[in-house]
Amino acid sequence: MDLNFTPEELAFRQEVREFVASSLPPDIQHKVLNGLILQSDDYIRWQKILHAKGWGGASWRKDFGGPGWSATQQYIFEEECAAAGAPRTIPFGLKMVAPVIMQYGSPAQQERFLPKILAAEEWWCQGYSEPGAGSDLASVKTRAVREGDHYVVNGQKTWTTQGQYADWIFCLVRTDTEAKSQRGISFILIDMKTPGITVRPIITMDGAHEVNEVWFEDVRVPVENLVGEENAGWTYAKFLLGHERTNIAGIGIAKREIARLKRIASLETKNRKPLIEDPMFASRIAQIEIDLTALEITNLRVLSAEAERRAPGPEASILKIKGTEIQQAITEALVQAVGTYALPLRREAMAAGYQGDAVGPFYATPLAANYLNMRKLSIYGGSNEIQKNIISQMILGL
Amino acid sequence: MDFTFTEEQQMLLDTTRRFVAKDYGFEARRQIKEKSADGFSREIWQGLADIGLLSLNVPEADGGLGGSAIDNMLAMNAVGEGLLLEPYLACAVLATKTLALLGNDAQRAEWLPALAAGEKIVVLAHDEPKTRFDRLAIDTRSWPVGNGYLLTGHKCVVTHAGSADMLLITARIGKADETGPLAVFCVPVDAPGLDKTTYNTVDGVRASDVRLNQVFVPATALLDGGADSEAKIAEVLDFGLAAVCAEAVGALDKLLAATVEYARNRKQFGQPIGKFQALQHRMADMVLHIEQARSMSYLAAVRCTDTDAATRARAMSAAKVVIGQACRFVGQQAVQLHGGMGVTDELDVSHYFKRLMAIELQFGSTDQHLEQYAAQLA
Ligand SMILES: Cc1cc2nc3c(=O)[nH]c(=O)nc-3n(C[C@H](O)[C@H](O)[C@H](O)COP(=O)(O)OP(=O)(O)OC[C@H]3O[C@@H](n4cnc5c(N)ncnc54)[C@H](O)[C@@H]3O)c2cc1C
Repeated sequence: MDLNFTPEELAFRQEVREFVASSLPPDIQHKVLNGLILQSDDYIRWQKILHAKGWGGASWRKDFGGPGWSATQQYIFEEECAAAGAPRTIPFGLKMVAPVIMQYGSPAQQERFLPKILAAEEWWCQGYSEPGAGSDLASVKTRAVREGDHYVVNGQKTWTTQGQYADWIFCLVRTDTEAKSQRGISFILIDMKTPGITVRPIITMDGAHEVNEVWFEDVRVPVENLVGEENAGWTYAKFLLGHERTNIAGIGIAKREIARLKRIASLETKNRKPLIEDPMFASRIAQIEIDLTALEITNLRVLSAEAERRAPGPEASILKIKGTEIQQAITEALVQAVGTYALPLRREAMAAGYQGDAVGPFYATPLAANYLNMRKLSIYGGSNEIQKNIISQMILGL
Repeated sequence: MDFTFTEEQQMLLDTTRRFVAKDYGFEARRQIKEKSADGFSREIWQGLADIGLLSLNVPEADGGLGGSAIDNMLAMNAVGEGLLLEPYLACAVLATKTLALLGNDAQRAEWLPALAAGEKIVVLAHDEPKTRFDRLAIDTRSWPVGNGYLLTGHKCVVTHAGSADMLLITARIGKADETGPLAVFCVPVDAPGLDKTTYNTVDGVRASDVRLNQVFVPATALLDGGADSEAKIAEVLDFGLAAVCAEAVGALDKLLAATVEYARNRKQFGQPIGKFQALQHRMADMVLHIEQARSMSYLAAVRCTDTDAATRARAMSAAKVVIGQACRFVGQQAVQLHGGMGVTDELDVSHYFKRLMAIELQFGSTDQHLEQYAAQLA
């Protein structure tokens, strides 16, 4: 057994680190490292920089324009990007719909969509959830009725992250109402500019506009936008849900945020000494860091067990639960670190370049909003309860 | 041993609850929050005065109801249930108590009837950026000049200071390098040298950072706490601590009820999610937390006026620890069990969650009180 990366992997890490250090725009880095609000353009700019280097699709195969990296290389890449303060890659195009199109899409679809995803020319969003279909995704009701060479789509999607920026949405729709729930579902790609689509904002408790409702009223979608076979969408949906595994634990992000926590805890004081020297607070940080170490090794075990690329097993659920718990614990500790100054909730002051009144230390400004926002981690992408159901069924056979 | 409430106390709770239920639905609250100049409703404030709530903590000798800490606990239960935006805690509890305990005859006569009638708003400005872990480590200084005092210092996150007619500022008497006795001064909000930055806090109310730069107040502005000032201020703060414990219990009850109701109605996989045992046990854990919290809120109310310092400190810290843990567990689980709906601004759940988050940080955090309790073990 060897817990060390190979010399090649270390050299790769060095290469990534140097590239990110020299290419990440400082203004974007400043926002990420300080928890300030990012604009859609920040994500697009960074993606274009990566694309120019040939690293746009970290998880993509070479024949589709990716770098063809191993799972470990992808892991290292994500970790280095996160540590340096790069924004997350926008997952909906790159990591969700693209793998489905690569695996099940027609050559025409691959040619039409993949290059634009890689070049950040088209923004995607995910249309899975509906008001009545959350954890029980197979109960989606949005209807798509075939009329000649179009599907006519009616229904409502919800919780659509960044749908307000999206050019395209990939949707689960019901194409057969007679079949048992999983069977009558299809996977289609819809141009957000099609008449009949309405996007309405949902404001979350931190005051952010990140999620939306999307309404479809007699939306006409060409049949060539169906991916794979009609009524076989559930297979593709499951493939997609389980696909992105190298970064599901968010190790890189957690490491970066722990570094921030330590920085803040050394600036804050308790009884006129640095907070980080307080045994109680220090042990709180230590506990989080130790949990993260355990998760990191678990994550690496999962990666190395993956000889070849296949849809991930139930281990992904372990990574998701622990990863989100750790990230949430960090946001809690950050709030505790600044005490009363976590209470002001001032979104305007979370914009880069804010010039208004200062309240409390600069680093305290986004912490409450961040804590509130991160409650979503244990809810979306298959809630942590659902992940536990998966563990008990798939790992324990219960 | 007796855990029952008197008839009067039950009436107080019922009246307050009825008032809140009638005029303080969640939509009405949202309107108030978004539309009113103060971030709360002056009309509701007047209504609270009319049902006697604002004179609850005013001594009978000053024309008030002279209520006990238990009475205040019941009022705060209802405040927590209704998620009131009005400055009940800041003005009717903390400021009123400060004036009642430390004010001289003239100061009491000037302010207490006006507070009881809802005509004036006064808030206590005590917390400072560096005092988070030691509530008596106040850096604000006051020193005598001519026929008055000059005050210099920085008070942070002072709830409702932006709507107040007057601030009660705690300060140490003496120049920067001296640590004189702690005192309280009446400072008009428009005093020259007083600077306020007002903003919204996470729980939806307004607060201010208040900076005092050589603010002059006449000698009559000093609240005459005598040699006991510091002890009296500590008593005010403990009274406030007990009050937020009771407020938390009200909010916790509401969150549990909302969650159970949601679990009964929300269907996934062809059945109400409340049928999943994993969630049933989670809600059972919420009940455990809340009942422990309720017990500790009783303890806090009974002990917050205890004259034995050690007994009181231990009880207050124990209460805040249990309440803080309940706030976090129940709040987080309520959001989690509501799924996506739980994180929306639209649902009241997230607003209760945020108030509980704030309560956890007020009057000393959970960690701080755990540490204070631990320091007294021997
Ligand atoms: C911020 C945010 C962004 C999102 N972005 C997107 C997006 O871009 N696209 C998209 O399609 N969706 C998105 N979602 C939706 C997300 O996937 C759903 O919220 C999630 O699947 C949970 O569904 P629900 O909200 O309907 O909760 P419900 O399914 O109603 O669940 C409510 C509670 O019951 C629990 N529960 C449900 N079933 C079981 C069970 N069998 N056993 C035990 N417990 C159970 C859940 O864990 C949860 O705690 C987003 C959600 C959020 C909050």
